Amino acid sequence: MISLYLFYFLSFVAILSALLMVFSKNPVHSVLYLVMTFFAIAGHYFLLNAQFLGIVHIIVYAGAIMVLFLYVIMMLNLNQAIEPMKSNLQKLAGIISAGVLSLVLIGAMRTTEIKAAASTASEIGFVSSLGKILFSEYLLPFELASILLLASMVGAVFLSKKELD
Amino acid sequence: MISFILYKFLFALIFFVVALVVAMYSTYGERKVAAFMQDRVGPNRAGPFGILQPLADGVKMFMKEEVIPNTSDRKLFLLGPSLAMLTALMTGVVIPWGSPMNFNGHTFPLQLTDINIGILYVFGVVSLGVYGIMIGGWASNNKYSLLGALRASSQMISYEIAMGLAIIALVMKTGTLSLGAIVSQQHHTWNVFIQPLSFLIFLICAFAETNRAPFDLPECETELVGGYHTEYSSMKLGFYLFAEYINMFISSAIISCLYFGGYNIPFQDHLHLSGNLLPILQFLVLFAKILFFIFFFMWVRWTIPRFRYDQLMNLGWKGLLPLAILNILITGVVLWATGAFK
Repeated sequence: MISLYLFYFLSFVAILSALLMVFSKNPVHSVLYLVMTFFAIAGHYFLLNAQFLGIVHIIVYAGAIMVLFLYVIMMLNLNQAIEPMKSNLQKLAGIISAGVLSLVLIGAMRTTEIKAAASTASEIGFVSSLGKILFSEYLLPFELASILLLASMVGAVFLSKKELD
Repeated sequence: MISFILYKFLFALIFFVVALVVAMYSTYGERKVAAFMQDRVGPNRAGPFGILQPLADGVKMFMKEEVIPNTSDRKLFLLGPSLAMLTALMTGVVIPWGSPMNFNGHTFPLQLTDINIGILYVFGVVSLGVYGIMIGGWASNNKYSLLGALRASSQMISYEIAMGLAIIALVMKTGTLSLGAIVSQQHHTWNVFIQPLSFLIFLICAFAETNRAPFDLPECETELVGGYHTEYSSMKLGFYLFAEYINMFISSAIISCLYFGGYNIPFQDHLHLSGNLLPILQFLVLFAKILFFIFFFMWVRWTIPRFRYDQLMNLGWKGLLPLAILNILITGVVLWATGAFK
Protein backbone atom coordinates (compact mmCIF):
# COMPACT_ATOMS: atom_id res chain seq x y z
CA MET A 1 0.00 0.00 0.00
CA ILE A 2 2.77 2.40 0.97
CA SER A 3 4.69 1.49 -2.17
CA LEU A 4 1.65 2.38 -4.28
CA TYR A 5 1.45 5.85 -2.73
CA LEU A 6 5.19 6.20 -3.15
CA PHE A 7 4.84 5.24 -6.78
CA TYR A 8 2.24 7.96 -7.37
CA PHE A 9 4.28 10.51 -5.48
CA LEU A 10 7.49 9.71 -7.38
CA SER A 11 5.68 9.72 -10.72
CA PHE A 12 4.15 13.09 -9.89
CA VAL A 13 7.55 14.53 -8.95
CA ALA A 14 9.19 13.05 -12.04
CA ILE A 15 6.60 14.42 -14.47
CA LEU A 16 6.33 17.80 -12.77
CA SER A 17 10.07 18.38 -12.66
CA ALA A 18 10.45 17.16 -16.24
CA LEU A 19 7.86 19.73 -17.34
CA LEU A 20 9.51 22.44 -15.28
CA MET A 21 12.81 21.52 -16.85
CA VAL A 22 11.39 22.07 -20.33
CA PHE A 23 9.58 25.28 -19.50
CA SER A 24 12.04 27.12 -17.28
CA LYS A 25 13.85 29.97 -19.01
CA ASN A 26 17.10 29.72 -17.12
CA PRO A 27 19.35 26.83 -18.27
CA VAL A 28 20.80 26.34 -14.79
CA HIS A 29 17.30 25.91 -13.37
CA SER A 30 16.57 23.42 -16.16
CA VAL A 31 19.57 21.34 -15.20
CA LEU A 32 18.52 21.29 -11.55
CA TYR A 33 14.97 20.23 -12.43
CA LEU A 34 16.44 17.46 -14.57
CA VAL A 35 18.48 16.30 -11.58
CA MET A 36 15.24 16.16 -9.59
CA THR A 37 13.67 14.03 -12.35
CA PHE A 38 16.60 11.63 -12.16
CA PHE A 39 16.12 11.32 -8.43
CA ALA A 40 12.45 10.47 -8.86
CA ILE A 41 13.32 7.82 -11.45
CA ALA A 42 15.99 6.39 -9.14
CA GLY A 43 13.25 6.18 -6.52
CA HIS A 44 11.23 4.03 -8.94
CA TYR A 45 14.21 1.69 -9.29
CA PHE A 46 14.39 1.38 -5.51
CA LEU A 47 10.68 0.58 -5.39
CA LEU A 48 11.28 -2.26 -7.86
CA ASN A 49 14.02 -3.61 -5.57
CA ALA A 50 16.75 -2.72 -8.07
CA GLN A 51 18.97 -0.86 -5.62
CA PHE A 52 22.12 -1.24 -7.67
CA LEU A 53 20.53 0.22 -10.78
CA GLY A 54 19.01 3.04 -8.75
CA ILE A 55 22.22 4.07 -7.04
CA VAL A 56 24.24 3.79 -10.25
CA HIS A 57 21.61 5.93 -11.92
CA ILE A 58 22.19 8.60 -9.26
CA ILE A 59 25.99 8.32 -9.37
CA VAL A 60 26.25 8.43 -13.15
CA TYR A 61 23.47 10.83 -14.12
CA ALA A 62 22.99 13.13 -11.14
CA GLY A 63 26.52 12.89 -9.81
CA ALA A 64 28.62 13.01 -12.95
CA ILE A 65 26.80 13.88 -16.17
CA MET A 66 24.61 16.64 -14.76
CA VAL A 67 27.55 18.17 -12.90
CA LEU A 68 29.37 18.38 -16.21
CA PHE A 69 26.27 19.91 -17.83
CA LEU A 70 26.08 22.48 -15.06
CA TYR A 71 29.79 23.13 -15.43
CA VAL A 72 29.52 23.75 -19.17
CA ILE A 73 26.44 25.99 -18.80
CA MET A 74 28.12 28.04 -16.09
CA MET A 75 31.22 28.39 -18.25
CA LEU A 76 29.36 29.37 -21.43
CA ASN A 77 26.80 31.99 -20.44
CA LEU A 78 27.95 33.64 -17.33
CA ASN A 79 25.35 36.37 -17.12
CA GLN A 80 22.71 36.11 -19.79
CA ALA A 81 19.98 33.78 -18.67
CA ILE A 82 17.94 33.59 -21.84
CA GLU A 83 19.01 31.68 -24.89
CA PRO A 84 18.52 33.17 -28.36
CA MET A 85 15.22 32.09 -29.87
CA LYS A 86 15.23 29.36 -32.49
CA SER A 87 13.90 30.07 -35.97
CA ASN A 88 10.38 28.97 -36.91
CA LEU A 89 11.68 26.22 -39.19
CA GLN A 90 13.62 24.67 -36.33
CA LYS A 91 10.58 24.85 -34.06
CA LEU A 92 8.42 23.14 -36.70
CA ALA A 93 11.03 20.41 -37.20
CA GLY A 94 11.15 19.87 -33.46
CA ILE A 95 7.38 19.59 -33.14
CA ILE A 96 7.11 17.16 -36.05
CA SER A 97 9.87 14.87 -34.80
CA ALA A 98 8.47 14.88 -31.25
CA GLY A 99 5.00 14.09 -32.63
CA VAL A 100 6.32 11.19 -34.71
CA LEU A 101 8.17 9.82 -31.70
CA SER A 102 5.09 9.99 -29.49
CA LEU A 103 3.05 8.32 -32.27
CA VAL A 104 5.51 5.41 -32.40
CA LEU A 105 5.56 5.13 -28.63
CA ILE A 106 1.78 5.15 -28.34
CA GLY A 107 1.52 2.58 -31.12
CA ALA A 108 4.02 0.33 -29.41
CA MET A 109 2.37 0.72 -26.00
CA ARG A 110 -1.11 0.04 -27.31
CA THR A 111 -0.36 -3.44 -28.59
CA THR A 112 1.79 -4.68 -25.70
CA GLU A 113 -0.07 -6.22 -22.83
CA ILE A 114 0.99 -4.83 -19.49
CA LYS A 115 2.20 -7.60 -17.24
CA ALA A 116 2.16 -7.26 -13.51
CA ALA A 117 5.31 -5.55 -12.31
CA ALA A 118 8.08 -7.94 -11.33
CA SER A 119 7.50 -9.08 -7.79
CA THR A 120 9.47 -6.99 -5.34
CA ALA A 121 10.77 -10.14 -3.68
CA SER A 122 12.94 -11.01 -6.68
CA GLU A 123 16.66 -10.54 -6.26
CA ILE A 124 17.40 -9.71 -9.87
CA GLY A 125 18.41 -6.16 -9.00
CA PHE A 126 21.05 -7.21 -6.49
CA VAL A 127 24.68 -6.74 -7.44
CA SER A 128 25.60 -10.42 -7.29
CA SER A 129 22.76 -11.65 -9.52
CA LEU A 130 23.25 -8.73 -11.91
CA GLY A 131 26.96 -9.50 -12.19
CA LYS A 132 26.35 -13.18 -12.83
CA ILE A 133 23.93 -12.44 -15.65
CA LEU A 134 26.14 -9.75 -17.18
CA PHE A 135 29.18 -11.99 -17.29
CA SER A 136 27.43 -15.12 -18.53
CA GLU A 137 24.31 -14.55 -20.59
CA TYR A 138 25.02 -11.01 -21.78
CA LEU A 139 28.81 -11.17 -21.99
CA LEU A 140 29.06 -10.13 -25.66
CA PRO A 141 26.79 -7.05 -25.45
CA PHE A 142 28.54 -6.07 -22.24
CA GLU A 143 31.98 -6.24 -23.86
CA LEU A 144 30.74 -4.41 -26.96
CA ALA A 145 29.33 -1.62 -24.80
CA SER A 146 32.63 -1.28 -22.97
CA ILE A 147 34.50 -1.11 -26.28
CA LEU A 148 32.10 1.63 -27.39
CA LEU A 149 32.79 3.57 -24.19
CA LEU A 150 36.53 3.15 -24.66
CA ALA A 151 36.29 4.39 -28.25
CA SER A 152 34.32 7.47 -27.21
CA MET A 153 36.84 8.15 -24.45
CA VAL A 154 39.71 8.02 -26.93
CA GLY A 155 37.70 10.26 -29.25
CA ALA A 156 37.14 12.81 -26.50
CA VAL A 157 40.84 12.89 -25.67
CA PHE A 158 41.67 13.23 -29.37
CA LEU A 159 39.24 16.12 -29.87
CA SER A 160 40.34 18.02 -26.80
CA LYS A 161 43.98 17.82 -27.83
CA LYS A 162 44.75 20.99 -29.77
CA GLU A 163 47.61 19.79 -31.91
CA LEU A 164 49.10 16.36 -32.31
CA ASP A 165 52.79 16.23 -31.78
CA MET B 1 6.19 -1.21 13.38
CA ILE B 2 5.63 2.06 15.22
CA SER B 3 8.37 1.30 17.74
CA PHE B 4 10.70 0.39 14.86
CA ILE B 5 10.10 3.71 13.16
CA LEU B 6 10.40 5.55 16.47
CA TYR B 7 13.73 3.85 17.17
CA LYS B 8 15.11 4.70 13.75
CA PHE B 9 13.90 8.27 14.09
CA LEU B 10 15.49 8.62 17.51
CA PHE B 11 18.73 7.09 16.22
CA ALA B 12 18.82 9.51 13.31
CA LEU B 13 18.19 12.41 15.67
CA ILE B 14 21.02 11.32 17.96
CA PHE B 15 23.34 10.96 14.98
CA PHE B 16 22.34 14.43 13.81
CA VAL B 17 23.08 16.00 17.18
CA VAL B 18 26.37 14.11 17.56
CA ALA B 19 27.48 15.16 14.08
CA LEU B 20 26.68 18.80 14.82
CA VAL B 21 28.45 18.75 18.18
CA VAL B 22 31.50 17.05 16.69
CA ALA B 23 31.55 19.62 13.87
CA MET B 24 31.21 22.44 16.40
CA TYR B 25 34.07 21.24 18.50
CA SER B 26 36.15 20.47 15.41
CA THR B 27 36.33 24.22 14.81
CA TYR B 28 37.65 24.62 18.34
CA GLY B 29 40.00 21.67 17.84
CA GLU B 30 41.27 23.09 14.60
CA ARG B 31 42.20 26.39 16.25
CA LYS B 32 43.86 24.64 19.15
CA VAL B 33 45.83 22.35 16.81
CA ALA B 34 46.84 25.32 14.66
CA ALA B 35 47.90 27.24 17.75
CA PHE B 36 49.89 24.28 19.02
CA MET B 37 51.69 23.90 15.69
CA GLN B 38 52.47 27.60 15.45
CA ASP B 39 53.53 27.84 19.09
CA ARG B 40 50.59 30.02 20.11
CA VAL B 41 47.96 29.65 22.83
CA GLY B 42 44.80 29.59 20.70
CA PRO B 43 41.31 30.55 21.91
CA ASN B 44 41.34 30.73 25.72
CA ARG B 45 38.89 33.51 26.68
CA ALA B 46 35.42 31.92 26.56
CA GLY B 47 35.23 29.50 29.46
CA PRO B 48 38.09 27.39 30.82
CA PHE B 49 40.64 26.70 28.04
CA GLY B 50 38.27 28.51 25.66
CA ILE B 51 35.93 25.53 25.73
CA LEU B 52 32.87 27.72 25.08
CA GLN B 53 34.43 29.31 22.00
CA PRO B 54 32.25 27.32 19.51
CA LEU B 55 29.11 28.55 21.28
CA ALA B 56 30.33 32.13 21.09
CA ASP B 57 31.08 31.64 17.40
CA GLY B 58 27.64 30.17 16.83
CA VAL B 59 25.93 33.10 18.52
CA LYS B 60 28.06 35.48 16.48
CA MET B 61 27.07 33.69 13.25
CA PHE B 62 23.37 33.95 14.08
CA MET B 63 23.56 37.60 15.12
CA LYS B 64 25.39 38.83 12.03
CA GLU B 65 23.55 40.82 9.40
CA GLU B 66 22.27 38.67 6.60
CA VAL B 67 23.20 40.01 3.18
CA ILE B 68 21.67 38.65 -0.01
CA PRO B 69 23.14 40.39 -3.07
CA ASN B 70 20.61 42.11 -5.32
CA THR B 71 22.05 40.57 -8.46
CA SER B 72 21.98 37.03 -7.09
CA ASP B 73 19.55 34.27 -7.98
CA ARG B 74 17.71 34.44 -4.67
CA LYS B 75 16.21 30.94 -4.50
CA LEU B 76 19.37 29.17 -5.54
CA PHE B 77 21.40 31.42 -3.26
CA LEU B 78 19.41 30.01 -0.35
CA LEU B 79 19.43 26.47 -1.75
CA GLY B 80 23.25 26.28 -1.95
CA PRO B 81 24.15 26.12 1.76
CA SER B 82 21.13 23.93 2.54
CA LEU B 83 22.21 21.37 -0.06
CA ALA B 84 25.80 21.45 1.22
CA MET B 85 24.53 20.65 4.72
CA LEU B 86 22.08 17.99 3.51
CA THR B 87 24.62 16.04 1.48
CA ALA B 88 27.15 16.30 4.31
CA LEU B 89 24.73 14.66 6.76
CA MET B 90 23.19 12.07 4.39
CA THR B 91 26.20 9.72 4.38
CA GLY B 92 25.87 9.05 8.10
CA VAL B 93 22.98 6.56 7.80
CA VAL B 94 25.12 3.61 6.64
CA ILE B 95 27.90 3.87 9.22
CA PRO B 96 27.84 0.95 11.70
CA TRP B 97 28.56 2.31 15.19
CA GLY B 98 28.86 -1.00 17.00
CA SER B 99 27.47 -4.53 17.25
CA PRO B 100 23.76 -4.72 18.21
CA MET B 101 22.66 -3.99 21.77
CA ASN B 102 20.19 -6.08 23.76
CA PHE B 103 17.54 -4.81 26.14
CA ASN B 104 14.89 -7.16 27.58
CA GLY B 105 15.28 -9.54 24.67
CA HIS B 106 14.94 -6.84 22.06
CA THR B 107 17.82 -6.27 19.66
CA PHE B 108 18.77 -2.72 18.78
CA PRO B 109 21.21 -2.49 15.86
CA LEU B 110 23.65 0.40 16.15
CA GLN B 111 23.40 1.19 12.46
CA LEU B 112 20.59 3.16 10.90
CA THR B 113 20.34 0.90 7.86
CA ASP B 114 22.62 -1.76 6.44
CA ILE B 115 21.67 -1.53 2.77
CA ASN B 116 23.42 -4.09 0.59
CA ILE B 117 24.98 -1.35 -1.55
CA GLY B 118 26.28 0.74 1.37
CA ILE B 119 29.55 1.76 -0.28
CA LEU B 120 27.82 2.78 -3.50
CA TYR B 121 25.38 4.85 -1.46
CA VAL B 122 28.28 6.67 0.17
CA PHE B 123 29.83 7.17 -3.22
CA GLY B 124 26.56 8.50 -4.66
CA VAL B 125 26.10 11.03 -1.88
CA VAL B 126 29.72 12.14 -2.18
CA SER B 127 29.20 12.73 -5.88
CA LEU B 128 26.19 14.93 -5.04
CA GLY B 129 28.21 16.99 -2.57
CA VAL B 130 29.43 19.24 -5.32
CA TYR B 131 25.94 20.65 -6.03
CA GLY B 132 25.82 22.78 -2.88
CA ILE B 133 29.08 24.49 -3.77
CA MET B 134 28.30 24.87 -7.48
CA ILE B 135 24.81 26.27 -6.95
CA GLY B 136 25.98 28.65 -4.24
CA GLY B 137 28.91 29.85 -6.30
CA TRP B 138 26.84 30.40 -9.41
CA ALA B 139 23.88 32.02 -7.68
CA SER B 140 26.13 34.60 -6.00
CA ASN B 141 26.72 36.17 -9.41
CA ASN B 142 30.27 37.04 -8.53
CA LYS B 143 33.23 36.05 -10.68
CA TYR B 144 35.32 34.87 -7.74
CA SER B 145 32.48 32.74 -6.43
CA LEU B 146 31.96 31.26 -9.88
CA LEU B 147 35.66 30.49 -10.26
CA GLY B 148 35.63 28.82 -6.86
CA ALA B 149 32.57 26.77 -7.80
CA LEU B 150 34.12 25.69 -11.10
CA ARG B 151 37.33 24.71 -9.35
CA ALA B 152 35.39 22.73 -6.78
CA SER B 153 33.36 20.84 -9.36
CA SER B 154 36.28 19.88 -11.59
CA GLN B 155 38.37 18.92 -8.58
CA MET B 156 35.65 16.77 -7.06
CA ILE B 157 34.82 15.01 -10.32
CA SER B 158 38.49 14.27 -10.96
CA TYR B 159 39.15 12.82 -7.53
CA GLU B 160 35.89 10.86 -7.42
CA ILE B 161 37.20 8.59 -10.17
CA ALA B 162 40.40 7.67 -8.34
CA MET B 163 38.37 7.25 -5.15
CA GLY B 164 35.92 4.90 -6.83
CA LEU B 165 38.71 2.81 -8.34
CA ALA B 166 40.45 2.62 -4.96
CA ILE B 167 37.23 1.30 -3.44
CA ILE B 168 36.83 -1.27 -6.25
CA ALA B 169 40.08 -2.97 -5.22
CA LEU B 170 38.78 -3.11 -1.66
CA VAL B 171 35.44 -4.49 -2.76
CA MET B 172 37.19 -7.17 -4.84
CA LYS B 173 38.88 -8.34 -1.66
CA THR B 174 35.87 -8.14 0.65
CA GLY B 175 33.33 -9.44 -1.87
CA THR B 176 30.52 -7.31 -0.49
CA LEU B 177 29.25 -3.76 -0.82
CA SER B 178 27.58 -3.64 2.58
CA LEU B 179 29.42 -1.48 5.08
CA GLY B 180 28.24 -3.58 8.01
CA ALA B 181 29.63 -6.77 6.44
CA ILE B 182 32.94 -5.09 5.58
CA VAL B 183 33.40 -3.97 9.16
CA SER B 184 32.55 -7.35 10.64
CA GLN B 185 34.99 -9.00 8.21
CA GLN B 186 37.82 -7.03 9.77
CA HIS B 187 37.45 -8.84 13.06
CA HIS B 188 41.02 -10.14 12.90
CA THR B 189 42.87 -8.18 10.23
CA TRP B 190 42.23 -4.57 9.33
CA ASN B 191 41.90 -3.86 5.64
CA VAL B 192 44.66 -1.26 5.75
CA PHE B 193 47.23 -4.07 6.05
CA ILE B 194 45.75 -5.90 3.06
CA GLN B 195 45.06 -2.86 0.87
CA PRO B 196 47.60 -0.18 1.86
CA LEU B 197 47.71 1.38 -1.62
CA SER B 198 43.94 1.59 -1.77
CA PHE B 199 43.93 3.28 1.65
CA LEU B 200 46.52 5.84 0.57
CA ILE B 201 44.59 6.77 -2.58
CA PHE B 202 41.31 6.94 -0.66
CA LEU B 203 42.84 9.17 1.99
CA ILE B 204 44.26 11.64 -0.54
CA CYS B 205 40.96 11.70 -2.41
CA ALA B 206 39.09 12.31 0.85
CA PHE B 207 41.14 15.46 1.32
CA ALA B 208 40.22 16.62 -2.18
CA GLU B 209 36.53 15.72 -1.78
CA THR B 210 36.17 17.64 1.47
CA ASN B 211 38.00 20.64 0.00
CA ARG B 212 40.51 20.58 2.80
CA ALA B 213 44.08 21.85 2.60
CA PRO B 214 46.30 21.12 0.71
CA PHE B 215 43.44 20.86 -1.81
CA ASP B 216 41.36 23.84 -0.65
CA LEU B 217 41.67 25.68 -3.95
CA PRO B 218 37.90 26.41 -4.24
CA GLU B 219 38.26 28.80 -1.31
CA CYS B 220 41.83 29.87 -1.93
CA GLU B 221 41.82 33.32 -0.31
CA THR B 222 45.02 34.58 -1.94
CA GLU B 223 43.51 34.24 -5.43
CA LEU B 224 39.73 34.15 -5.06
CA VAL B 225 38.89 36.47 -2.11
CA GLY B 226 36.78 33.85 -0.33
CA GLY B 227 36.11 31.39 -3.12
CA TYR B 228 32.61 30.06 -3.62
CA HIS B 229 31.27 31.60 -0.39
CA THR B 230 32.56 35.13 -0.96
CA GLU B 231 29.04 36.62 -1.02
CA TYR B 232 27.70 34.64 1.92
CA SER B 233 27.25 36.04 5.39
CA SER B 234 25.79 35.11 8.76
CA MET B 235 24.53 31.54 9.25
CA LYS B 236 24.50 30.73 5.53
CA LEU B 237 28.27 31.10 5.58
CA GLY B 238 28.15 29.14 8.82
CA PHE B 239 26.37 26.30 7.01
CA TYR B 240 29.10 26.08 4.39
CA LEU B 241 31.84 26.05 7.01
CA PHE B 242 29.88 23.57 9.13
CA ALA B 243 29.27 21.29 6.15
CA GLU B 244 33.02 21.11 5.65
CA TYR B 245 33.56 19.96 9.22
CA ILE B 246 30.71 17.45 9.04
CA ASN B 247 32.20 16.13 5.81
CA MET B 248 35.47 15.72 7.62
CA PHE B 249 33.74 13.82 10.44
CA ILE B 250 31.92 11.52 8.00
CA SER B 251 35.04 10.93 5.89
CA SER B 252 36.95 9.98 9.02
CA ALA B 253 34.17 7.59 9.97
CA ILE B 254 34.14 6.01 6.50
CA ILE B 255 37.94 5.67 6.47
CA SER B 256 37.82 4.04 9.91
CA CYS B 257 35.09 1.63 8.79
CA LEU B 258 36.63 0.68 5.45
CA TYR B 259 40.26 0.37 6.43
CA PHE B 260 40.72 0.49 10.21
CA GLY B 261 38.31 -2.13 11.41
CA GLY B 262 35.42 0.18 12.21
CA TYR B 263 34.11 -0.66 15.66
CA ASN B 264 36.39 -3.70 16.04
CA ILE B 265 38.70 -3.53 19.02
CA PRO B 266 42.10 -5.23 18.64
CA PHE B 267 42.17 -8.53 20.59
CA GLN B 268 38.54 -8.10 21.55
CA ASP B 269 38.11 -11.89 21.83
CA HIS B 270 40.56 -11.91 24.72
CA LEU B 271 38.63 -9.27 26.63
CA HIS B 272 35.71 -11.66 27.25
CA LEU B 273 33.21 -8.86 27.28
CA SER B 274 29.55 -9.68 27.22
CA GLY B 275 26.18 -7.97 27.22
CA ASN B 276 25.90 -4.34 26.39
CA LEU B 277 29.36 -3.41 27.57
CA LEU B 278 30.92 -4.58 24.29
CA PRO B 279 28.82 -2.33 21.99
CA ILE B 280 29.51 0.68 24.22
CA LEU B 281 33.23 0.00 24.20
CA GLN B 282 33.14 -0.57 20.44
CA PHE B 283 31.40 2.74 19.93
CA LEU B 284 34.04 4.52 22.00
CA VAL B 285 36.85 2.82 20.06
CA LEU B 286 35.30 3.79 16.74
CA PHE B 287 34.96 7.33 18.01
CA ALA B 288 38.61 7.40 19.04
CA LYS B 289 39.57 6.29 15.53
CA ILE B 290 37.35 8.98 14.02
CA LEU B 291 38.83 11.67 16.26
CA PHE B 292 42.31 10.58 15.28
CA PHE B 293 41.49 11.03 11.59
CA ILE B 294 39.89 14.42 12.24
CA PHE B 295 43.12 15.36 13.97
CA PHE B 296 45.01 13.99 10.96
CA PHE B 297 43.03 16.27 8.64
CA MET B 298 44.02 19.26 10.79
CA TRP B 299 47.60 18.11 11.13
CA VAL B 300 47.96 18.02 7.34
CA ARG B 301 46.23 21.37 6.92
CA TRP B 302 48.70 23.17 9.14
CA THR B 303 51.72 21.33 7.76
CA ILE B 304 51.46 21.15 3.98
CA PRO B 305 51.12 24.26 1.79
CA ARG B 306 48.36 24.57 -0.78
CA PHE B 307 48.81 23.03 -4.22
CA ARG B 308 48.74 24.94 -7.50
CA TYR B 309 45.70 24.05 -9.59
CA ASP B 310 47.59 22.32 -12.42
CA GLN B 311 49.57 20.33 -9.85
CA LEU B 312 46.30 19.22 -8.31
CA MET B 313 44.93 18.04 -11.65
CA ASN B 314 48.20 16.31 -12.56
CA LEU B 315 48.24 14.47 -9.26
CA GLY B 316 44.65 13.34 -9.70
CA TRP B 317 44.71 12.22 -13.30
CA LYS B 318 48.33 11.22 -13.87
CA GLY B 319 49.25 10.07 -10.39
CA LEU B 320 46.34 8.60 -8.47
CA LEU B 321 44.25 7.26 -11.35
CA PRO B 322 46.98 4.98 -12.86
CA LEU B 323 48.00 3.98 -9.34
CA ALA B 324 44.42 2.96 -8.55
CA ILE B 325 44.18 0.91 -11.76
CA LEU B 326 47.51 -0.74 -10.95
CA ASN B 327 46.13 -1.56 -7.51
CA ILE B 328 43.07 -3.21 -9.04
CA LEU B 329 45.36 -5.24 -11.32
CA ILE B 330 47.56 -6.38 -8.44
CA THR B 331 44.54 -7.25 -6.32
CA GLY B 332 43.08 -9.27 -9.18
CA VAL B 333 46.29 -11.20 -9.77
CA VAL B 334 46.75 -11.95 -6.07
CA LEU B 335 43.14 -13.06 -5.68
CA TRP B 336 43.45 -15.28 -8.71
CA ALA B 337 46.77 -16.77 -7.53
CA THR B 338 45.40 -17.54 -4.07
CA GLY B 339 42.34 -19.13 -5.62
CA ALA B 340 39.78 -16.72 -4.21
CA PHE B 341 37.84 -16.79 -7.50
CA LYS B 342 35.72 -19.89 -7.69
